[in-house]
Amino acid sequence: MRRQIDIMANIDWLTVFLFLLLVAFGWINIFAVNYDPDASSFFHLENRYTMQLAWILISLIVVVFIFIIDSRFYLFVAYPAYAFGILLLLVVFLIGTAVHSSKSWIVLGPVSIQPAEFAKVAVILAIAKYLSGYNVKITRFKDIFVSLFIIFFPAGLIALQPDIGSTIVYGVLLLVLYREGLPGWVLIVILAMAGLFLGILVLSQFLIVLILSGLAIVAFTIVSKKPSSFFLAVLISISVASAFVLLNHYGYLDLDNYIILLSTVGIASAIAVIYAVVKKNKVIYLVVLALLLAIGYTYTVDHLFNNFLKEHQRNRVNVMLGLESDPYGYEYNVRQSKIAIGSGGFSGKGFLQGTQTKFRFVPEQSTDFIFCTVGEEWGFLGSFGLVVLYVGLLIRLIVLAERQRSRFSRIYGYGVLSILFFHFAINIGMTIGLLPVIGIPLPFLSYGGSSLFAFTIMLFVFIRLDSTRKAYLI
Amino acid sequence: MEQYINRKYIIGGIILLVGLVFTVRLFLLQVVNSTYKLSAESNTRRMEIVYPARGLIYDRNGQLIAHNLPSYDLKIAPYELEAFDSAEFCEILQIDIQTLREGIKRVINNQNERFNPFIKQLSSETFGKLKEKQFKFPGFYFSIRTLREYDREIASHLLGYVGEVDSGIILNNPYYELADYIGVSGIEYSYEEHLKGEKGRKYKLIDVHGREQGSYKDGRFDTDAKPGSNITITIDADLQEYGEKLMRNYVGSIVAIEPGTGEILTLVSAPSYNPSLLVGREREENYNKLKNDTLEPLFNHSIQALYPPGSTFKTVNALIALQEEVISNRTTYNCIRGYYARGVSVACHSHPSPLDLLHSIQYSCNAYFCNVYRKIMEDPDFESVEKAYNNWREHLRSFGFAEPLGIDLPYEKGGFIPKSDYYDRYYGQNRWKALTIISMAIGQGEVLTTPLQLANFAAIISNKGYYFTPHIVRGIEGIDSINSAFAVPHVVSIDSSYFNVVIDGMDMAVNVSGGTATWVRHRDITICGKTGTAENPHGEDHSVFMAFAPKDDPQIAISVYVEHGKWGSSYAAPIASLMIEKYLTDTIAPYHKWIEKRMLERNLLNVQ
Ligand SMILES: [Zn+2]
Repeated sequence: MRRQIDIMANIDWLTVFLFLLLVAFGWINIFAVNYDPDASSFFHLENRYTMQLAWILISLIVVVFIFIIDSRFYLFVAYPAYAFGILLLLVVFLIGTAVHSSKSWIVLGPVSIQPAEFAKVAVILAIAKYLSGYNVKITRFKDIFVSLFIIFFPAGLIALQPDIGSTIVYGVLLLVLYREGLPGWVLIVILAMAGLFLGILVLSQFLIVLILSGLAIVAFTIVSKKPSSFFLAVLISISVASAFVLLNHYGYLDLDNYIILLSTVGIASAIAVIYAVVKKNKVIYLVVLALLLAIGYTYTVDHLFNNFLKEHQRNRVNVMLGLESDPYGYEYNVRQSKIAIGSGGFSGKGFLQGTQTKFRFVPEQSTDFIFCTVGEEWGFLGSFGLVVLYVGLLIRLIVLAERQRSRFSRIYGYGVLSILFFHFAINIGMTIGLLPVIGIPLPFLSYGGSSLFAFTIMLFVFIRLDSTRKAYLI
Repeated sequence: MEQYINRKYIIGGIILLVGLVFTVRLFLLQVVNSTYKLSAESNTRRMEIVYPARGLIYDRNGQLIAHNLPSYDLKIAPYELEAFDSAEFCEILQIDIQTLREGIKRVINNQNERFNPFIKQLSSETFGKLKEKQFKFPGFYFSIRTLREYDREIASHLLGYVGEVDSGIILNNPYYELADYIGVSGIEYSYEEHLKGEKGRKYKLIDVHGREQGSYKDGRFDTDAKPGSNITITIDADLQEYGEKLMRNYVGSIVAIEPGTGEILTLVSAPSYNPSLLVGREREENYNKLKNDTLEPLFNHSIQALYPPGSTFKTVNALIALQEEVISNRTTYNCIRGYYARGVSVACHSHPSPLDLLHSIQYSCNAYFCNVYRKIMEDPDFESVEKAYNNWREHLRSFGFAEPLGIDLPYEKGGFIPKSDYYDRYYGQNRWKALTIISMAIGQGEVLTTPLQLANFAAIISNKGYYFTPHIVRGIEGIDSINSAFAVPHVVSIDSSYFNVVIDGMDMAVNVSGGTATWVRHRDITICGKTGTAENPHGEDHSVFMAFAPKDDPQIAISVYVEHGKWGSSYAAPIASLMIEKYLTDTIAPYHKWIEKRMLERNLLNVQ
């Protein structure tokens, strides 16, 4: 009995209160989108708002269970949960159901679940458990590698579904590693790889290699500490390339431009290596190595993208990157979304008074674009209020995370807040036209059982851990 | 660890920064910038699909068989909907308000539904009325598509029909979208890839009143539709029409092949139906009617029906026996009005006896071929009946029996020639002998063939030992050569010299008195033919005939089945003879008119 009271007293009621506000506000807006004066009955599971209400109630029951379970259980269950999450993602491949040509749902009778949502909780638990382990240091290569594997293995599986939105969410967990001391240069390398990845999809291989070579020459100049070496490198590269072009022209060789470029890079690299040996400058090796690795990486990504993905999966990625005309009309949706939000004005049109969101702009209205309704019906006051609520929740979570005595709880807390932050930033950024359209929900507000359950579990496990921060040092 | 604690300020700072950026952006969007408040952003973009016309279909002589007619679907652009006079709208379309509401709701609740027309295939009258008042109904627009129209109302089974894609097709083939058309059967199905063409897309700017304001970004994203390729088929439309006319009172099939190429001249399945029935708004309803018709007009008898080949099969047994050297042209057997041996009796009709091979084909003697079959099965070159049987079956396979021939039409059946283990299962290993399966000698019992296989068999005989895979398509616009599989001769396992006696026997069956089908002979064309009766356990036997002509320079090989026609000579033979005459002379000789009249007047549709 005493222990029960302790828990109740140690729960961070402010966070719970913010959570309840967000969920309630979300439901009101889902109601507004789907409200149909002609419709028969409120208590009809066809109505999205009725369904969502049911899901909210079930989530609250789940919350009670989370509080009943001993908080040490979550530490214990971290790896099994991770394994189970991976299993679910594999199962999706076998028996998954496709929605918008992405195979990401498991349908069990009347219930559809999206394993990617639940996998997030498992991944955060696993990374927290690993990093809080005895003698694990995020500055060591092996530990960095294992951490990245824990995060990106499930992300890779989700990418294959393909559900690009859910995949990139995992990237935000780098923030957790950063807080735990991940060296800045690792972050830079990873971000560079991600940037290069996007670059490969957008630009031609030829251009990419050309740009990489340019960067290498600049790096070489900086490393060799002599401005004149810049001109030397450029001169050598151009002469080698010209030689190839001439040989081609007079018919001694028959190479295409891309091969000529690669050969030039090869020969120039060899010269650079000789130069490094003569000058005893070891950093030049690194520059050459980085260049060759980057080109190899470029080739691999391009090859995988073109041979491994099916045509419709490629199209989806291309559409998302704006490389192909837009069959799902996302661009159109964003414009309509901005019009809807803008039309709300300072104080909004009022509850149920939104016209733009009612019939005009429909498909993901109660899911990914729920913020439109907030903007239209509640105006600047409402949407600003929501931003404040969200930022407040996130800052509060930082405070909670930092007051943990156990590393596991702190890391888990950062995992939760990173994921919530990323969803918040991407989702609202998308509806107000600051970011490209990536279909991910706004936590606690968007319609949908899987995402509501997953975010609720994620958050309340942390609140539960926090409630026993003084009791155990887990 | 404490060394990293300051990183919490960086993370907190990022969050606050994002919150700040959002706040500023929202303030600009909602408070400062008033353009969004007016619905000044009035021009919207609408994507319309441009549907291609399907390829046209011509017969072998260049006669147009199928072309396209425009049809108008009414669609809804949900973003453009505004209040309108729904009473007037419903009156023009003659629908009730409930239908209208449900249609709009459907489109609004499902993004994909915008591909789906609100009303399909408007009548031209309704289209005209609505087009005139379109400005009153923003959010509604027309999509032009084409439907098949048939110049000749023939060949429904081989042309097939066009329907709408189902969700399985949409998932597996990225080209297809909701409500697209696709060939469902016949060559519309087999040659869908060529006939369908390519859809195009047009992006249009629409103002607040639903009026088109030109193309989006000067048509930078627009793509044109490419019409489908025209196809020339091997069918002779006139002959096909004549065949369908002859068969209108019967159930059965006519297949005619040009032996030198494998091109199918006629492919009649009776009863037939008008291909126009499966086009347009009434397609569904008509389809169900045809489907529930007890005569099964949708069933393609010519490539799907399995019948015993009857006595036509004697010729192949003769060829195999000659090849295996178990008989010769001079081998004779007695016939005492049948074949009787150890518990087996096969009756025969009255004819001179004994007979040699040539005359046994002319008179179609059952006893002769029971003896021949027994010789094949008890050939001392093989250790057992089973081995001899397997060898016999291999010969049949080289004639294209037992498996589908590979015609370019879907759902072809392969017939049935049992494997030896079939008899092992039935009688037990080594428990069956030549006499057990003696009915195969005369094409009864377990053996089943399709009319197409039988016509192909006639072509093989006329070619003295080879055939080209029978096919329907002769040429595709824009493609130099047709499928190479149709250009390679398949040589059967019988030497060509053995065919002469069979051909002579088939000649005599039609042209020498005493033959089984002499009443259908033609004075100027030497038709070689073989009658048959396909036993039918469910009722009256079927009439079968296979033939080719002219004897010296075969132009046409044919098989005819008339269900419940009993004797080969009574229905199948005259119909085959008329078809050959029509094809080779373009007319029916006056002394044959009575045969034609008789075939057109008789009716076996209600015989069981
Ligand atoms: Zn006889």
